[in-house]
Amino acid sequence: MLQVSEYVVELRNATKRFPGVVALNHMQLAVKPGEILGLIGENGAGKSTLIKVLTGVYQADEGEIYVNGERKVFRNPNESAAAGIACVYQELNIEKLLSVTDNIFINKWIKKGNGPLLDYAAMHKKAKEVMLSLGQDIDPTKAAGTFGMGIQQMIEIAKAVLIDAKMIIMDEPTSSLGEKEVEQLMKTCRDLKSRGIGIVFVSHKLEELFELCDRVTVIRDGEYIETRPISEWTNDSLITAMVGRTLEKQFPKEFGVKGECFLRVEGLTVGGVLDNVSFEAYGGQILGMSGLVGAGRTETVRAIFGADPIDGGRIFVKGKEVRIKSPKQAIQAGIALLTEDRKGSGLVLAQTIRTNLILSSFKQHSKGFFLDENKIETSGQAHIDTLRIKTPSIYEIVGQLSGGNQQKVVIGKWLNADADVYIFDEPTRGIDVGAKVEVYNVMNDLVKNGKCVIMISSEMPEILGMSDRVIVMRGGRVMAEVDRDSKHFNQEDLMKAAWGGSLDE
Amino acid sequence: MNKKIGGGVQLGTVLALVLMCAFLAFANKNFYSPGNIMGILKQTAFNAFLATGMLLCLITAGIDLSVGANAIFCACLMGALKEAGLTSGILLMIIAILAGAFMGFLNGTLLTRLHLPHPFVSTLGMKNVLWGAALVVTGNKMINKFPETVQFLGRQTIGTFGGGFPVSFLVIIVLYVLMHIFLSRTALGRSIYCAGGNMEATRLSGINTANVLTFCYTMSGIMAALGGILSVGRSGICNGSMATQPYDTDAIAACIIGGASFTGGKGTMIGTMIGALIIAVLRNGFTLLSIDSSVQNIVLGLVIILAVFMDVVRASMEAKRRRLAAVAKH
Repeated sequence: MLQVSEYVVELRNATKRFPGVVALNHMQLAVKPGEILGLIGENGAGKSTLIKVLTGVYQADEGEIYVNGERKVFRNPNESAAAGIACVYQELNIEKLLSVTDNIFINKWIKKGNGPLLDYAAMHKKAKEVMLSLGQDIDPTKAAGTFGMGIQQMIEIAKAVLIDAKMIIMDEPTSSLGEKEVEQLMKTCRDLKSRGIGIVFVSHKLEELFELCDRVTVIRDGEYIETRPISEWTNDSLITAMVGRTLEKQFPKEFGVKGECFLRVEGLTVGGVLDNVSFEAYGGQILGMSGLVGAGRTETVRAIFGADPIDGGRIFVKGKEVRIKSPKQAIQAGIALLTEDRKGSGLVLAQTIRTNLILSSFKQHSKGFFLDENKIETSGQAHIDTLRIKTPSIYEIVGQLSGGNQQKVVIGKWLNADADVYIFDEPTRGIDVGAKVEVYNVMNDLVKNGKCVIMISSEMPEILGMSDRVIVMRGGRVMAEVDRDSKHFNQEDLMKAAWGGSLDE
Repeated sequence: MNKKIGGGVQLGTVLALVLMCAFLAFANKNFYSPGNIMGILKQTAFNAFLATGMLLCLITAGIDLSVGANAIFCACLMGALKEAGLTSGILLMIIAILAGAFMGFLNGTLLTRLHLPHPFVSTLGMKNVLWGAALVVTGNKMINKFPETVQFLGRQTIGTFGGGFPVSFLVIIVLYVLMHIFLSRTALGRSIYCAGGNMEATRLSGINTANVLTFCYTMSGIMAALGGILSVGRSGICNGSMATQPYDTDAIAACIIGGASFTGGKGTMIGTMIGALIIAVLRNGFTLLSIDSSVQNIVLGLVIILAVFMDVVRASMEAKRRRLAAVAKH
């Protein structure tokens, strides 16, 4: 029985599993023709997976997709596009050296007659028309890279219009735009809406949702939470719906004794990335760094660690100013950084556990010119025991270990460096629950031994569960600083700060 | 899973060498004559010098295409200085080694401080620079009558067996043992492997990877200079036009056959030695079987392609094994 649906695209009951993770759990999403639907959720709520299922990049393990009431199965992105679903990704797919026309008509070239030659006259004309209909009067023969981000995004939208998209997903489209460009984008969205196209507008900025959207859907932990007309949402109700959880008892927090200021950062600035970042971190404490993805937390710690050059600012370790120009100098100053990308920048995957463990402490493991094999052996074995790295021997290749055990090797490497300030960037990302608790216990031990721990985490419960103090970043700035005993030490208030709201005293 | 003998040499590589020798012994009874064996060792020594530097660069996931031209340039520099009146052999050799080291240091600096995208580019450019320079300093002439001290390394033999055991190969044995210890037992040696395995992780672990890379290319320059000195002793002359000979490819082939990889992080001195021996035996076999030199080039080119292909197959098999092992542990 063919039913006429009120939705142009509808996703029902979609479940998508990855090894060890359920990314989407009975997810749903429904978009009406000619409406702008806001989609919002915390980091890791499942937005990207949801988008990729709709665009055919991933195939859901369960669930159905309907386009205009008709059941569809997308085995690849082409089938999704053929059904009229388009997506403007946050990272634009623009070939900057090619002309606007080439970008718009890539793989959809117009040919002269039915021959092999491309009809550029016709394509330029059509490209000009499409861009004009989006409010952009530009020369399509020019290279796409000569235009700003706003117009490059319009080129992506033009591609969608050209395939007669019924629904366009915009993944954080305003994140790289200036104010004027955002205005133009919103105008274009309203225009597309009036043409009967459904739009899914993913954004981290609440004010944009309130200005633009007809309805807003909230998702959390891979699950569908709620959809309401925009008039029935408030700032607070949106944040509560997003955060939702109660703090679970999965954090074995132990307290150290607050010591002296181990790390003081003053006015740290990196052009276009960090704006005058200042904070202090103390011995015997865990300082949590909270904020949305892209808030500048990783950039901050990389700058402190000398991994990236800085434009300004001063760094003090235990009251003494240090000038750090390379990770080597940072380690000499007593700072360790466990990076968020374990495989990319934490480990040498093709090397043994033994070698990875001493990567930051060759000197301590050398006797004169030679490596002290006995010492390496003993300390390596000790780390395997205390960190409970599951492996047959220290000669195992690190690439063969599971994520949790790999992370323990990185931790062991930094314990060997014997630092005063331990910076952990997303230390429990992608590892299983048991390993998480073991990582928390390492942090507990460090603060109980008077060390200073700084933990970046995008998991709100983890921040609240483990931190003695929290700083919240947004747009490369420190927005708020909250002690564990403050009344603001709760999910709602920290989220509010992360989304740009101010906390009253 | 470990079909490896000391230092991680693939058993297959050793087997290939043994089979080749067996075949040649069967095909031509001159192969096992003492004179021929010593000749092979002499031939191996030159390539083994260049391959040592090449190996360091390959381990860092780089390459040094200028080793052959650098060796010839250093030889020609000595020739030019001798013609200009410098008669001290020791001094000539010191200058050659310094010049080779400086050229290698330049390669390293181009890569690490000027951030040229890949050493393929800078060392290929350097190869041409050195080729031209070798011709310029010698005025396009062959130069002979070098001092005895300069020719010692390439010419001197010990004993009488097969015309004497070449000193050059003795030096190679000592060099390879020392380099093996250096690579496996010192912090800098391990840093080279780690930098090649994951440059960023190594840098973020507090190792100055720019210095590590510069060291490797400088060492490669020194090894090339030693090769250059050896070539003067062996042939008695220096000749700038030799800079275009495929010495670089022979060195690369020795390393790759011996287990090094273009993706970096792998390779051993023992493997490289076997690789260098295989190349030398191959070339020697062609000569014994009177195979035309153009055909030699074709076969050696194919051997190199085969070695690289085996490296690719090996890498993908290892990646698969690692994936399966990781899954099995979940």
